[in-house]
Amino acid sequence: MITRLRASLVAGGRGLVLALTALIGSVVLFTLTLVSVGLIPVGIGIFTTPPLLSLVRAHANRRRLLAAQWSDVRIPSAYRPAGAARGGLAGQVERCVGMLKDPATRRDVQWLFTDITAGAAVAVLAPALWLEGLFGLLLAAGLWKPVVEAGGTYWYTFLPVSGAGTAGLAAGLGTCWMVLATFVNPVLLRSHFRIAAASLTPGREELEQRIDRLTATRHDAVDTSAAELRRIERDLHDGAQARLVAMGMNLSTIEALVEKDPAQAKELIAAARASSAEALTELRDLVRGIHPPVLAERGLGDAVRALALRLPVPCEVDVEMTGRVEAPVESAAYFAVSEALTNAVKHGGGDRIWVDIAHRDDSLRVAVTDNGRGGASVGAGSGLSGVERRLGTFDGVLAVSSPAGGPTMVTMEIPCASS
Amino acid sequence: MRVVLAEDLFLLRDGLVRMLEAFGCEVLAAVESGPELSKALAELEPDVAVVDVRLPPSHTDEGLQCALAARRARPGLPVLVLSQHVEQLYARELLADGNGGVGYLLKDRVFDAEQFVDAVRRVAGGGTAMDPQVISQLLSRRSLDRPIGTLTPRELEVMELMAQGRSNTAIATQLVVTERAIAKHTSNIFAKLGLPVSDDDNRRVLAVLAYLDRG
Repeated sequence: MITRLRASLVAGGRGLVLALTALIGSVVLFTLTLVSVGLIPVGIGIFTTPPLLSLVRAHANRRRLLAAQWSDVRIPSAYRPAGAARGGLAGQVERCVGMLKDPATRRDVQWLFTDITAGAAVAVLAPALWLEGLFGLLLAAGLWKPVVEAGGTYWYTFLPVSGAGTAGLAAGLGTCWMVLATFVNPVLLRSHFRIAAASLTPGREELEQRIDRLTATRHDAVDTSAAELRRIERDLHDGAQARLVAMGMNLSTIEALVEKDPAQAKELIAAARASSAEALTELRDLVRGIHPPVLAERGLGDAVRALALRLPVPCEVDVEMTGRVEAPVESAAYFAVSEALTNAVKHGGGDRIWVDIAHRDDSLRVAVTDNGRGGASVGAGSGLSGVERRLGTFDGVLAVSSPAGGPTMVTMEIPCASS
Repeated sequence: MRVVLAEDLFLLRDGLVRMLEAFGCEVLAAVESGPELSKALAELEPDVAVVDVRLPPSHTDEGLQCALAARRARPGLPVLVLSQHVEQLYARELLADGNGGVGYLLKDRVFDAEQFVDAVRRVAGGGTAMDPQVISQLLSRRSLDRPIGTLTPRELEVMELMAQGRSNTAIATQLVVTERAIAKHTSNIFAKLGLPVSDDDNRRVLAVLAYLDRG
């Protein structure tokens, strides 16, 4: 009973703290955020919003911490990682837009609002029950006299206190309040955090969207790899395998002929050598299509450099990465760049291409830019939509900026760690 | 001719040893990994090293790296690199120090034993032996460029053979013309490309590649 009483008293104190932070901190932040967002069209908001939202996040994170410590309520946090900080106005706009686009920001602001209404109301109940109960006892102890003398009948909760008798009833009611507080205060505190969690937890919708996307990309991955295997099987069957069989046949004919007709045997030997050379060429092309040797030997940077060397258009490759990324990501990025370069050469019509590869903040970013005529798009049937699907398997994204008249810029980003 | 050989596949290594010995080369060591190759190159002082690009233990371009490192330690050490595929990037790295005595060939080229051993001899002698595939890639990529566009088809043929590292005599034999005709073609080519004429086989290739490299 003592522990329960203590817990209830502590909860009352904590409720008071929460109510105060909600009614001061959250109110101020909520108002400032609304004003700041409202000022974005004027320009000022672009500079004030990011730091303000960071403050809101800190505020929300503090509440998450308290929720875990005080009531053992875990509130998940899902802020998008801040992108690489670019300097200047462009970087500032990027930061501002990035934060506003984050669904977590919407949840934060929503939480600020519930915190200053429902959240504060629930939190304040915990200390209020104790204070009201205590006040009832004080009334009975004699406080009723000056109070009634000053303002006539005093309504304590729902009791009209006008004399010693009713003050005694107030003491009884007050005791009831305190008994109630002993039982419900921890529950009230927990409810407050539950309310916060309801606003702050990433929505089911978001999770469902993510599941949908994962299902779709998994299908794509299975489809493309099955198609790829079929292609490889067919190529081997029709190409190298057939040639090797022919070679074996030739060799056994040669065996029979070598003494009878050396001249014809010699011809067949030449033919056998030619088919073995062709088989090798075919196998080499096949291997290049599955996993280019330079990629295996040197990694993405040099593989793209080697690719650039083979292009008929001058191409500058700039690589900023230490170590290598996981092989599947490397391979996906390589084929994506390869496709983008092929498009640039075939349809871009420019006379220069730039490739920038960088690995920063646990994501691989590649940009392929040409100075051609533009007008490229990620539509149905275009090679780029295939690339987009492939990158999707790795949670990667592809963006194409290609206004008519150029330039075309294809950027891709794949989250991944570097080794 | 004393040869150090590095190739990780037993069948190929065995075949290469047999072939080189059949053509009168002395195989000092036939190794199968990068560290062994580095050790053999440092200790045995061969006339030429025949090296596979991809070697254990890393199974990446370890053979190429060992060869390049050995050439840094002993400039001009003749190295013939063999690979299942040819990559301009690697060809450039081999040629970069300008010392000559390098070769880069597809493994398929061992099909023609005589030509292959000829390439090994050329490299050992300080010349170059570039795979026709490297050269044709370079030529097709640059065919849009003006100076190359002004070459006649015959001159292009000569240039391709020249770029592979062949001497005028060899080119003349292959194209079935006189050596004088080839000399005329080469001086025309150099004039058209604005390059000083040189007798040095190795410098001819470097000149061609340097020109093609200009992008």
